[in-house]
Amino acid sequence: MSNSNNHKLLIQPDRSSYPQPDENGKMQLDLDSGKYVKVWHGPNHPGVTGNMSLELTLCGDEVVEAKTHVGYLHRGFEKIFERRTWMQCFPTVVRMCVPEPDSNEYNLAAAMEELSDIEVPEYAQWMRTLILEMARITNLLRLLPANGGTMGLGLGVQWGVYLRDLILDRFEELTGARIYHMYIIPGGVRGKMPEGFKERLINNLNAIDDFLVRFKRLVIDNAVYKKRAIGTGYIDPSWVDKFGIVGPNARAAGYNRDVRKDNPYLVYDQLDFEPYIDKEAASDIYSRTWVRFMDLKYGVEMIRQILDKMPKDGEILGKIPNALNWKIPTGQTYVRSESSRGEYGFFAVADGSEYPRRINLRGPSYTHAIALLEKLLVNANISDVSAIMVSLATCPPEIER
Amino acid sequence: MEKIIQHLQGTFDVKVVKKQRDDLYFVTVGKEQAIPAVTYLRDAEGFTHLVMITVADWMEKGVFELNYIVHNYELHADISICTNINREEATMHSAHHLWEQAWTYQRELKEMYGIDFPGSPRVDESFNLEGWDNIPPMRREFDTLKYANETYFPRPGRETHDPAAYMKQKLYPDE
Repeated sequence: MSNSNNHKLLIQPDRSSYPQPDENGKMQLDLDSGKYVKVWHGPNHPGVTGNMSLELTLCGDEVVEAKTHVGYLHRGFEKIFERRTWMQCFPTVVRMCVPEPDSNEYNLAAAMEELSDIEVPEYAQWMRTLILEMARITNLLRLLPANGGTMGLGLGVQWGVYLRDLILDRFEELTGARIYHMYIIPGGVRGKMPEGFKERLINNLNAIDDFLVRFKRLVIDNAVYKKRAIGTGYIDPSWVDKFGIVGPNARAAGYNRDVRKDNPYLVYDQLDFEPYIDKEAASDIYSRTWVRFMDLKYGVEMIRQILDKMPKDGEILGKIPNALNWKIPTGQTYVRSESSRGEYGFFAVADGSEYPRRINLRGPSYTHAIALLEKLLVNANISDVSAIMVSLATCPPEIER
Repeated sequence: MEKIIQHLQGTFDVKVVKKQRDDLYFVTVGKEQAIPAVTYLRDAEGFTHLVMITVADWMEKGVFELNYIVHNYELHADISICTNINREEATMHSAHHLWEQAWTYQRELKEMYGIDFPGSPRVDESFNLEGWDNIPPMRREFDTLKYANETYFPRPGRETHDPAAYMKQKLYPDE
């Protein structure tokens, strides 16, 4: 979309008098000199994605050092799992990423199924794929307009909230819950589609199609947005492996990274789709917004495809042991899926008892919001901090667990 | 993948190889060989993506099992280099020079398990637990229930049940 060389065209300020890092890479900042100001950007701040904060050191209006602080939402889930049976982990595991909890359900179920050698019926696999894609577009309806919201284009956010609520209605119909669905369980899913669900979902998807047209006019084609977003928050493509960048952020840097294609799971190998990649590798805020725009567009198309291709009926649950006394055989695995923010994985260790020995989440924000964000914010203008952070789609609960 | 595993076995003192899936192997090596093995996989075999650094606490054996999971985007496969380190003198060589995000994992492991990574940037800074003065809470000897009972006021009228027994009574009252 945007010119990959735009970041090079920006007028750079004279930084000759700026502080330099010492041999350990630590900035030497004399805060008593009066040249610098410390600002806490969050945790209570409209421009912060959730409960985290950025400790910014400013020289004028430019950031010279940034540190991410997390822990405001640490609930010790991974410790709590040690005292819960595998099945009792489900109500907890969904809370590890509030806006997109279904990836957690899937990953835990997939880990348990792999370690226990359990088959999932075909119909249940299609339903899982459907709900994961519904979760993706639900989260993208938050993330995409937020990119405009950080630059004063709040109307798109309100449109997104309305449409997200429509999809949450469908979640409620299907699962009984709007946010924490707990629909995917080991061995399958909890229920079938209610009558008329498909038609109502298609109506909602049509409304999202209209939203995309209007959103493009409001934000993507907006001259002010372009002026501010193009060239800002540039991620050098060579950083992708170095910083563990995944998903849409990597695709904006020109890399083909999508777990649904790389390591197909569920029925993704039966679906016809190609994740959008910014071939020019512009890798700035504008490019990441455009990738998310296309992800939402493709997500809507993919749900239509799933509804067309999936079997009309079938078994929803495979054979599983008594959930209360389910002992998972000793072993360990790593399972992954593609969330709306990128690779989302669970490392799970079973010791042969009813309780997990270890469940460890690998969320995309763990790398995006700390090592990468701290690097990206240096030399950024204070007014762009929120925009850069939101463009990475960081989600603090998955960092803190 | 099998050729890569054979190369690893030929180059390093591999103690155990476990094939979990066609695209996932767990390879156990000694403590001194873990970082060289991960470096070899990154530089020579194309495992350029550090998925995560994680640990499982085997208190009864007196060890932490560290896992360095790395991914190859050409093969779409993962290898986890595992190594056991003594729980009582829990130190490990740092991997921060290999991947920029490695120090974040190491900082969390220091805070949550007490595993030190000398030389790793900001390894002593608190991550989630600002002001924490107890033992590292992810160690298995840390008892969350005991801590909660000692730390928080008991609330009048609050009842607690053993979750497994309670649910069994609810779901299968005749068993």
